[in-house]
This record gives sequence, structure tokens and C-alpha cells, in this order.
Amino acid sequence: MNVVVCVKQIPDPADPGALDPTTKTLKRDGKLILDESDSYGVEMALQLVTAAGGGEVTLVSMAPNGEVGGLRTALAMGAAQAILVSDEALAGSDALGTAKVLAKAIERVEAADLVLTATESSDGYTGTVPEQIAALLDLPSVTFAKQIEIDAGTVKVQRQTDNGYDDVECPLPAVVSVTAGVVEPRYPSFKGIMAAKSKPVDTLTVADLGLDAASIGWAGAGQEIVAIEEAPAREAGEIIEDDGTGFEKIVAYLENLKVI
Amino acid sequence: MTLSKIWVFAEAVDGKVTPTTLELLTKARELGDTVEAVYAGGDADAIAGTLGEYGAAKVLATGDLGDALPGVPVAGALADAAGAQAPNAILFPTTYVGRDVAGRLSVKLDRTVITNNVDVAVEGSSLVTTEPVFGGSTNVKTTFSGEGPFLVLVRPKSFAPEASGGGAAAVETIAVPDAGKSGGAKIVNRHVEERSGPSLDEAAVVVAGGRGLGEAEKYEMIERLAKDLKGAPGASRAIVDAGWVPYSYQVGQTGKVVKPDVYIAAGISGATQHMVGMKGSKNIIAINKDAEAPIFGISDLGIVGDVHKVLPALLEALEKR
Repeated sequence: MNVVVCVKQIPDPADPGALDPTTKTLKRDGKLILDESDSYGVEMALQLVTAAGGGEVTLVSMAPNGEVGGLRTALAMGAAQAILVSDEALAGSDALGTAKVLAKAIERVEAADLVLTATESSDGYTGTVPEQIAALLDLPSVTFAKQIEIDAGTVKVQRQTDNGYDDVECPLPAVVSVTAGVVEPRYPSFKGIMAAKSKPVDTLTVADLGLDAASIGWAGAGQEIVAIEEAPAREAGEIIEDDGTGFEKIVAYLENLKVI
Repeated sequence: MTLSKIWVFAEAVDGKVTPTTLELLTKARELGDTVEAVYAGGDADAIAGTLGEYGAAKVLATGDLGDALPGVPVAGALADAAGAQAPNAILFPTTYVGRDVAGRLSVKLDRTVITNNVDVAVEGSSLVTTEPVFGGSTNVKTTFSGEGPFLVLVRPKSFAPEASGGGAAAVETIAVPDAGKSGGAKIVNRHVEERSGPSLDEAAVVVAGGRGLGEAEKYEMIERLAKDLKGAPGASRAIVDAGWVPYSYQVGQTGKVVKPDVYIAAGISGATQHMVGMKGSKNIIAINKDAEAPIFGISDLGIVGDVHKVLPALLEALEKR
């Protein structure tokens, strides 16, 4: 079983994010790390390959400046190889442009049975890219999977819904987006980290993918940021150190609101 | 300034139009001369009255989709219908089906889709959308640079629904083209997780617990407090992912957006993901042992303390009354 996992390399969420004042897009010039949301897809893929008794996991990513930091983390977990699309022409891509690039990269992976993604990235969180990739590849898809099993050419998914979950079945090849919590991602072992250094990362440009540069990046984006404004701030109220009577403050507050 | 025709992707649960649909119809009346609903399902006649009451002149319905996962067939139907009827924009709710359909449709029409919006306005012949980023501290305004239809995903509870008093929407059936191999996903079974008490969306009081509770067993305190206050229990993404509570309890970007009169956050630090789902609450009370937790930045009353001490004392005080 061969599984492709889309992974995003993002600025560390622990650092406060910032927008570039000229381009009005998220700054991505610092060190990038593996989006934690994608570690679930990587883990799921590794488990499915193990269960199938053979095959490999290929990573697909799009990042500026040939950045591989996040890819190395996923390779250290056990993925076999990666395709990285890195090209200045990609700057400013919208979700659809991103999907076009990732779909072209996925097409280069031979005999892929399954494409896994997160439901949304932690920085842009549009949540539309998985479905856009599936549409571009003309594949069936199941979003918001909280459990996945493969059974004779069919992927069986427990798909989250507003009030529970649906059992969904879908023929392979397919695109499936997984929620956090679908599996517990492993920590890379020392051996895994060392092995990752020598695993192949195929770095490609837009031209390598046969994509027209006018269809992606700033040129191809069907949207333009026109303003960035501070939202009206919510004032912090009274903050009290609990000395054992903190609960009384809450009771008084609720009484004041006539909740009790 | 208005555009000529706006479509709203309507949804219904158990034959009842969802609140978010009514919110979008209300906004659409402001944006367009004509408002029409599009609906994936076979019971459009049953909801045509409500859709009309909120301003939809007609409802374009796919009919019953059987066991198909809706994204693919519905996007196919909308792509054909949009080609024939040329709406200037389509507003989608940020829901499972809404996101799936909008994503698929954006490829079919080769149009961008702008997501996570809390506001939409007409500017010239285009739309300007507003998306909160960085936990809601900053708003990014984006305009569509190409031709329509403009595809917009809107967050629930962004607008107040108001009826326009219109008559029932006329029901028009739109064809669902054969999706070929891409339409292979089928729903074979549905599981509903029962909850008691008021729903998370509508409760006047929401009590939410997070990782700071330490272990799944301690969530019982959250449920008890919610019950004492006649509210609904909620949860941060962290404890949903950890499997302590079902997903239907989740408040945040990927869960429910709530705006109760009182929101009590216990053991929740306040990740961006969570804050965007609750910062519209009228009164926020937070209990967390970390004085630096971001949740305190938006709290009306913050108790810096151990939830394992504060909650039991609070429960005891309330239950003695």
C-alpha cells in the first residue's frame, strides 16, 4: 500500500505570528516546522502501510526557500521520501493555487493508493485544500476522518458530523482528510532522526511540474488582501489570584448577572 | 451598491432550516437584488416557506442524494446551475458539507474560495470579506480579483437573522450530473451521539473544560456545573482529540461557535483555535493556574488558581443554595 501525505511546514505557532506589511501575507521567513495537524496523517499513513504488510509513505509539501525542516521531522517518523515544491513564483498562492501545485506533485508519485491530509493547516486554516486536491485529481474523497481502515480496495472511514459520526465507504484511490486525534503520532527515534538525513527529498520548481506560473502565486490568486485592521479588543476584566475564596467571586458574579 | 444575484447554500436538520442558513439569507438581502437558496436534499418543499420568509425568491434543490457523501454530486449540480443562471456570489456556511461543496466547486469553476469570514460587503462589482486572524486580534479584508461567482465561506453566528416576511420560495429542481469515479464515497451508516440539556449553540450558559482538568474523569465537574447553571457543557479541542468527550462538545474554529450570556472556561489556556469560537460571549469567566494564559486577556472575571480546588468549592457553594 502506497500512501501520499500532504504536509505543511509552518512558522512555529509558539512564536507570535506576523503579517508582512508590504505583501499583507503571513511572514514565513523564519525557521519552519512540521504543522502538528499533519503529524496525525503521517502516523496514520505509517500504520496503514504496516497493516498492509508493505509499501511506503511519500510526503508532498510546498514551502519557500527550499525549506525541509518540517519534512525531516516526518521522514524521521518513518516516511520513505519527500517531494518538495519550492519556487518564488508560489508566493501569494491562495488555497486553490496551493491545491493545484500539490495535485501536480501527487501525480508524480507512482501507484499511490491513498492521499492523506489534515483537515486544515494551523496557520492558514482554510479547510478547503483537501477537497480541492481531490477535485483536481478527479478522485473520491472523505473529509474529517476520525478512524480509517483499509479493506480490499475500499477505505472505511468514521467521518465526524455535527452530532456524531457517519460510517463512510469509498473505493481507492481516494483523498482522506484526518482530524487530530485519529491516532497518537510517534516521536521520532534517534535512529529515525539519523536515517532521515539521508532520505531522498526531490525539490521541484513550478516549471518542473508543468504548471503555468500565471495560474498560481500572486498572478493566479483570485483574491487580493485590501486591508489589515486591528479588531476591537475585548477588555480584560478583573483577574484575581485564588486564595481559597476565588469561588465566591464567581458566585457573586453569577448572582449579579441573575444566572443564579 | 448591490450585486444582482446572490445564492445562499441552505442546510436543514430534521426538516428544520439551520440558524446559520437564516443568518446568511439575511446578509444576502443586503448584498444582492435577488436572493436564491440552493439546497442539497429531497425535502425542499418542507423548508421553502422558511427560506422565503427570510428572503429567498426560489430554492434550487438537487433532490434526494441517496447514500452519496454530498460534496461531489452537489458541487457538480451547482457548477452546472451556476453556469446557466450566473449568480454573482454564493455564500456557504462553514459546516462539513459547506466546506466540501465549496472546495469542489472552486475547482469546477476555477474560482477562488475565501474562508472563515465574519463579514461580507459589496465593493464596486466585487465583494470584500473580513476574516479574523491571530485569535481574532486582527481582521484581514480581502477582495475577489477575478470574475464571479465569488465563493465565500462564512462562520456561524456572524450575522443576526431577520425575517423579511416574504412568501414561500418557489422550488426548482436542478440536475445532479454523474460524478463518475470521483463520486465513490457512500454513507453506509449514521451514528448520533445523544446529549441531554440545552444545545451548545443555544444555551445561555456554557461551561467548558480543557487540558488543565488533568484527566478525563475530572470532566464530570464540568458537566455538573453546567447542569447546576442550566447550561451546556463544552470542551477545548485538546480534550476532544484526547478522546475524553465527543466531538459534538468542541468549541472553536473546528467545533461550535458559541455566544452565550456566560461562558466559563476551566483549565483552558485559550489557543487561537478556541478563542475564535467563544470570544463573542457576553461574559467570560476563566479559571486557570497559569496567570499568563491568553484566556485571561479576554476574561471579564479571571481566577488564577487550581481548577481542582476552585471547581469543587464552586459546586459545593451552588448546590448548597
